[in-house]
Amino acid sequence: MKRAFPILAVLTACLLIYAGYQALIVAPTDALQGDVYRIIYYHVPSAWTAFLLFFINFIASVQYLVRAKPSTKRAANWIALAIGIVGLVAPFIPVVAQQLPAGMRPSAIATTIVLIPVFYFAIGKWFPGQALDVLAVTSAEVGVVFCTVVLVTGPIWARPVWGIWWAPGDIRLTSTLVLWLIYVSYLMLRRFSHSAQTHMLAAALAVFGALDVPLVYFSIWFFRTQHPQPVIGGGGSIDPRMLQVLLLNWLAFLCFAFLVCWSRYRLEALHREVEEEQALESLNGVPQ
Amino acid sequence: MNAVKFLYAAYIATWTIHALYIGSLVRRSARLRRQLKELDESSQR
Repeated sequence: MKRAFPILAVLTACLLIYAGYQALIVAPTDALQGDVYRIIYYHVPSAWTAFLLFFINFIASVQYLVRAKPSTKRAANWIALAIGIVGLVAPFIPVVAQQLPAGMRPSAIATTIVLIPVFYFAIGKWFPGQALDVLAVTSAEVGVVFCTVVLVTGPIWARPVWGIWWAPGDIRLTSTLVLWLIYVSYLMLRRFSHSAQTHMLAAALAVFGALDVPLVYFSIWFFRTQHPQPVIGGGGSIDPRMLQVLLLNWLAFLCFAFLVCWSRYRLEALHREVEEEQALESLNGVPQ
Repeated sequence: MNAVKFLYAAYIATWTIHALYIGSLVRRSARLRRQLKELDESSQR
């Protein structure tokens, strides 16, 4: 596996350079905004990547919380399965579909909800025991980095387009800032609390923090906001050539995020190894 | 709209944030490896 990392790093670097070239040079210029719209190719893929990482953190935290008791774990498995089945069917039932806000596609809702059991069972299978906690901290930290990019590039884009850096009280902007603050608190808790309950407390905080992700995503449908409609699965529209470049950039950012998560995961494993060694050392040093 | 400087600013900001984070990972990794080496040496003594 160690040999695969440099190969993947080179491939990801090539993909990022190619995606950057497509974003800055090849993609057509926007008729209204001019070239400044090209910030979309960094802002939106970073937001999607941050949401995905917070989602992984949520699933890993739920798995970590329910793993101790077999009956709770069984119940959680059934709930995850039920969410997937209901989420797959419900958006297409006419009564439910009519309730969806204009522009929200049932297929987009169904796909998103089905990802919950898919990720739930995949993460539970591939990350047993303490590995869940390592995955949770890894995804939260890398997610905060991508969310920081969103919060920095958003105002830089807003200034020339809206005429303001920040729209105070705007639900999309405020909920994204709150999301960032929740996960920064989560990382602070993990960094500075050394209680035996820290991992459980952090997992519980992550579960509540994740509730803000759908609020951020759906806020533009349910509230009046300065932020434009989403370009995929929503009411916004985008030139197919721009969409292609956007998806290419997301793929490049996903590969990059995967490599960063891999490094962070190994770092966390090394950190725990050092802590164990230090604990053993101090035990050996205690006079019998 | 002549606002290309904002595009450059966003581009530079994105990669500066990622570079700073990767730098912090490299620094933390080097510190942990040093600690592990020190622990190994002290346990051999």
